[in-house]
Amino acid sequence: MWRFLLPVMVFLAIAGFLYAGLDLNPQLIPSPLINKPAPDFDLPTVNDPARRISRKQLLGQEYLLNVWASWCVACREEHNVITAIAQSGEIPVYGLNYKDTRKNATRWLAQFGDPYVASAHDLDGRTGIDFGVYGAPETFLVDAAGNIRYKFIGVLTPEVIEDEIWPLVATLRSTPAAKAEKPAADKPRAEKPVVEEQDPAE
Amino acid sequence: MIPELGHFALILALLVAAVQGVVPLFGAHTRDAAWMAVARPAAYTQLFLVLFAFVALSHAFATQDFSVVYVANNSNSQLPMMYRLSAVWGSHEGSLLLWTLILSLWTAAVARFSKSLPEAFAARVIAVMGLVAVGFMLFMLFTSNPFERHIPALIEGRDLNPLLQDPGLIIHPPMLYIGYVGFAVPFAFAIAALLSGQLDAGWARWSRPWTLVSWSFLTLGIALGSWWAYYELGWGGWWFWDPVENASFMPWLAGTALIHSQAVTEKRGAFRSWTVLLSITAFALSLLGTFLVRSGVLTSVHAFANDPARGLFILVYLLTVIGGALTLYAWRAPRVASPIATTPMSRETFLLINNLFFAVAAATVLLGTLYPLVIDALGLGKISVGPPYFGFMFAILMAPVVALMPAAPYVRWKTDEPGRVAESLWKPLAIAVAIAALLLPLYWSGLSLFLLGGVLGGCWVIVGTLWYVVRRFRTRPPGRFRLLPAGEMGMILAHFGVGIFVLGVTITNTFSVEQDIRLTPGEEYELAGHVFRFETVETLDGPNYTATQGTFLVSRGDDTVAMLYPQKRRYPQGNQMMTEAAIEAGFTRDIYVSLGEPLSDGAWSVRIYYKPFIRWIWLGALFMMAGGFVAAFDKRYRRTRAAAAEHAAPRVVEQGTAPQGA
Repeated sequence: MWRFLLPVMVFLAIAGFLYAGLDLNPQLIPSPLINKPAPDFDLPTVNDPARRISRKQLLGQEYLLNVWASWCVACREEHNVITAIAQSGEIPVYGLNYKDTRKNATRWLAQFGDPYVASAHDLDGRTGIDFGVYGAPETFLVDAAGNIRYKFIGVLTPEVIEDEIWPLVATLRSTPAAKAEKPAADKPRAEKPVVEEQDPAE
Repeated sequence: MIPELGHFALILALLVAAVQGVVPLFGAHTRDAAWMAVARPAAYTQLFLVLFAFVALSHAFATQDFSVVYVANNSNSQLPMMYRLSAVWGSHEGSLLLWTLILSLWTAAVARFSKSLPEAFAARVIAVMGLVAVGFMLFMLFTSNPFERHIPALIEGRDLNPLLQDPGLIIHPPMLYIGYVGFAVPFAFAIAALLSGQLDAGWARWSRPWTLVSWSFLTLGIALGSWWAYYELGWGGWWFWDPVENASFMPWLAGTALIHSQAVTEKRGAFRSWTVLLSITAFALSLLGTFLVRSGVLTSVHAFANDPARGLFILVYLLTVIGGALTLYAWRAPRVASPIATTPMSRETFLLINNLFFAVAAATVLLGTLYPLVIDALGLGKISVGPPYFGFMFAILMAPVVALMPAAPYVRWKTDEPGRVAESLWKPLAIAVAIAALLLPLYWSGLSLFLLGGVLGGCWVIVGTLWYVVRRFRTRPPGRFRLLPAGEMGMILAHFGVGIFVLGVTITNTFSVEQDIRLTPGEEYELAGHVFRFETVETLDGPNYTATQGTFLVSRGDDTVAMLYPQKRRYPQGNQMMTEAAIEAGFTRDIYVSLGEPLSDGAWSVRIYYKPFIRWIWLGALFMMAGGFVAAFDKRYRRTRAAAAEHAAPRVVEQGTAPQGA
């Protein structure tokens, strides 16, 4: 009798692991970049190819970097949420327009509204690859020293912003000491932030 | 409007499937003929409705209706018509619709070709298939509606993933799904048999041709997938042990075990509960494959957007269908367990060994595929199980299979004399060893245990199988030329295919030469006796891409072997790059050139492969597929149907077509 029960028991064990697998997935894929300096980038903006936007320029402030594209349907879904963050004035939101043509991207911004301070135009997806982007949308929180502090894969929701992003931003701002020490502790980069800190002033 | 009609047709199909799944089942239970009679019309109606929905979605693609989210995500105004239509199954929602369509096609086929089955049995089979369809339609309608609109319509579609813009991908998924989903038929037969308690040889005989046809389609689908990955991914490999590939390979392994176990149940009435369990397992692995691919539990080169809510739905569905089936099995199967009156030296033993190894192989792949997930679930970190594990395990598991396979047909059912078997086997074995030894100088340079075993095994399978054919014809009554029974022909073709396959894998794996080099136009490179001359690079415009194309002149001595034109394509819509390898295919070798990245000074990184005997891998698979189809059309399946019409419960023990060797 027991040997006939064996298949169903094996199956239930597998199902248990599959269930556990569902919870592990997929937004918890740890980004190896968390608490590391954001990858360097220097890209033209979507709205004005003559203007450029780079990691260095953005140092000295916390900001969100939102990966979007006109071909990304989920980004439309997320658009209201991004707009709400931008309008709250709590934190500047920059866009990383990922693997998109300028024509479609500007048309998209014109149609839905442009919540971004500026969007970097990552035509060949090179910067996206450096950031370890799986797909659009994704959102990174970068601190004043240029370190990635948080990464979210998929459509941002108001809950995620309330529960994860605002508390983290508050912590970053309340501990300026930690912020200043972090990059200094990071040996290979010890001198770099100092140099970069001067850039925005230029 | 048409997408809404398609959506509506899908909802109606769900209701019809629910009726088809419930009413005939009660009818069969209460012996109510009118209720049972609902089964067939319901199956046909369901097919019509699902087909309507499928055509509606195809129409949305053909007319570029970007207000349908699925179309906008997977098509583009620049996309050629051929790929617009195949884009219907290019992603999640449409794949499910194709899955459902194929299931309803199989159901209708069962309804049409089951006239000779006892009415109650046919009603149960069709009802079980209806219940399977209900789950899939619910899944589609609640989590993955392909007809969902986005108002206002998008300006432009996102484009079909360029990887999928390929002729191979037009036919690969349908073939694979026909195979996958086809295992729902033996599954339904097994459930019907458990419900009715009618688990005799007749039952195995009824479900066998369906299993064979599904298995053949699955074989073809897997071979096409392997071939597609070979020329499209640009890596020159033919099998990657990717979770998505494993998802189709596990049901194939279980299905291979099943068709052999069915043979024993049909001919000897033995292995009954085991055959039932394999019928359930083959389909369970098909569903599990769908779960793994669609839930995003495992990530791979093939899987794109994933959604945990979908995963949860499939998991609940799996629990219901598979958990339910296995519980039913635990409850009912003990009654039908068959007394096995057999001796160690019998064909039953050989088939039992086959089953053992294929079941272990399926479990190995399952373990390897789920292992990273299990480790992660237990909080031990993230790991990946790669080709080394699978390759090693497979070489070990398949070696005994290859060694014993050609011998099995020589052995008699029930009991045989070891002396007689040895006497009939030593000649083909000696010939195979002699051939492998004579060829030794040809493959001496790469000699390894794997290579020697592979060549010897391949020769042994081919010679042993051909020898069997010769002997069969010799022992037939002289004068009249008659073909062997189709079932036996099929077995011979498939086994022969295994021999071809083994040789192909062994030689390709050992003697493939791969080289990544830096070449400037005008330069030459020599590899495996061939000179590759990089002539020019130019830019071309395709219908929805621009390509950089290299021209390579391949020569051997003074002869030109081929002109090859590898491309790098840029699809501007999603801004994706694709590598189109150029392949000069041949019976004994492929030459494969793919263009890498542009380097400084006009140089390019170029990848050149020389792959001997790689075609034999797919050729072998085609032989296996052909064997399955031929065997499915054996006369005796039709004969039993006629017999079944007379007796409600046929109990056919031996019907003379069993090859007895001598």
